[in-house]
Amino acid sequence: MDFTLLTPELTLLVTAIAVILLDLFISRKGFLTVVSLLGLAIATVFTFGLRDDLSQAAFSKMLAVDNFAFFFKLLFIGIAAMVIIASTDYVSKFKNFRGEYHALILIATLGMMLMAATTELITVYVSLEVASISLYALSGFLKDGKSSESAVKYMILGAVSSAVLLYGMALVFGVTGKTQIGEIAASIQLSGYSNLLDNPALIMGIVLLVAGFGFKIAAIPFQMWVPDVYEGAPTPVVGFLSVGSKAAGFAIIVRLFFTAFEFPESLSLDWGAIYAVLAIAGMIIGNASAIAQSNIKRLLGYSSIAQAGYLLVGLATLGIAPANEVIGRSSILFFLISYALANLGAFVAIIAISNKIESDEIKDYAGIGKRAPVLALCLTVCLISLIGMLPTAGFMAKFYIFNGAVQNGLLWLVIIAVLNSVISAFYYLRVVKAMWFNEPASLEKVPSSGALRFSLLITTLGVLFMGIVPNLLLTFAEWAARILRF
Amino acid sequence: MVGLQHYLILSAALFAIGMYGVFVKRNAIAILLCVELMLNAVNIALAGFSRYVTPAALTGQIFVIFIMIVAAAEAAIGLAIIIAIYRNRGSIDPDKINLLKW
Repeated sequence: MDFTLLTPELTLLVTAIAVILLDLFISRKGFLTVVSLLGLAIATVFTFGLRDDLSQAAFSKMLAVDNFAFFFKLLFIGIAAMVIIASTDYVSKFKNFRGEYHALILIATLGMMLMAATTELITVYVSLEVASISLYALSGFLKDGKSSESAVKYMILGAVSSAVLLYGMALVFGVTGKTQIGEIAASIQLSGYSNLLDNPALIMGIVLLVAGFGFKIAAIPFQMWVPDVYEGAPTPVVGFLSVGSKAAGFAIIVRLFFTAFEFPESLSLDWGAIYAVLAIAGMIIGNASAIAQSNIKRLLGYSSIAQAGYLLVGLATLGIAPANEVIGRSSILFFLISYALANLGAFVAIIAISNKIESDEIKDYAGIGKRAPVLALCLTVCLISLIGMLPTAGFMAKFYIFNGAVQNGLLWLVIIAVLNSVISAFYYLRVVKAMWFNEPASLEKVPSSGALRFSLLITTLGVLFMGIVPNLLLTFAEWAARILRF
Repeated sequence: MVGLQHYLILSAALFAIGMYGVFVKRNAIAILLCVELMLNAVNIALAGFSRYVTPAALTGQIFVIFIMIVAAAEAAIGLAIIIAIYRNRGSIDPDKINLLKW
């Protein structure tokens, strides 16, 4: 039991409790933001402190402290920090519950960090629920009609999906008799199935696992909650769950499927094919539904379904590629950073704009380019990155994912994906057109606070930086993608 | 003689009943109850596997305990959210929870 390996997570837990307690005693609530950020900074230091201890399994192989977990811990800490900075003004809407808001963000981050590190089915489930339950509460935080409705939909569908996930885990446990994912892999190999259909219980278990995790990453057909939650929940929370919950879902899928179900070859080909089908459905349905949207948060909801589709192309590659090839995994990780930056940037801009115009309708975005040039420019860059055009991160990310897929004989899937990217340009550019070319309703300036501008600047510069000089982060993603099999 | 398959059939039947209830019930609390039914179906399957597949190890039973605890937390947050929506709408009928749609 070496608790030093858990220091980043424990720091977040202590910070979350401290924030709730401090909330009771201090009157200057801005201090809570500072304390939360401080906690995240300390967690970052501890994460880096563990660098020398990487590549080991802790707590009877329940938790992996490796490159992969290191990467995701930094990603989640970064996302949480951006969200907390971006919600400094927004929290005034939560009146007396600012402490709880910050604490729930921190606990959700803690759950996501554990999700990226767990190597055992029970801890997978518990950490997934730590993240999910905090997010259910967060999405109902405004307590008005829309926010509560989004929370109840998210909670009920989330609970059903975790029941489905558990049934899958129970079947896998029943077939293999193990819950540690390395031991599951060993047990499957020992049993020597030449064909997956030799064991219907195992294939049923894998299908149910795909369905349960599909909910977290907003894959079709488990995406029903996405548009409603994106529209109803508080905007900073939407930004947080859109990138955080998706990244955590992909982290656990990559680790679980790559470690437990990669061998025999026929097994990984099978789940690769499942993900290829889900990818096509996600891209087509996500993009087609996004075209008809008039609310920008809802539009980004459907866009996130489509983005999950592109990421699933990476998972299909992971299933089909030989196990020693790193490109399937590293391109997913690289895409997740680029998606996190672009989507967070877009949501920060939406927070700033809707603070003033009090609307999320695209038609009310008319002429924002004249009223707030910097905000509009940053939002434009982020949307361009979501389309995947030069010179932004989105282009590089899609390029790497599609490149990996083509190398492994998935040319047909890439053609569908590229066609979908072209279609998606239509609805993203509709927002851009409204901002720059439509006549504004008033010429009043849109003010934005320093904190919002800071986080917007960081994300936008990050998007451009990743697009122009991708090597640095690509090397990092490749380094992180070397998953060890515990 | 009761064997593993009896547990699994019971578990599958309960899971299906729970899933059916989630889709047809017209009351949010009844939906939560149906979710509990699905989780307990999983518990039965796990307990059965634990007894017949790995009689020497306790993993399956420990898994069941964890599921019970997390399910309690989930029910707590679920009821809290349902109270919040009742205060807003005066109803917990899912057909009337319809502000958000396209």
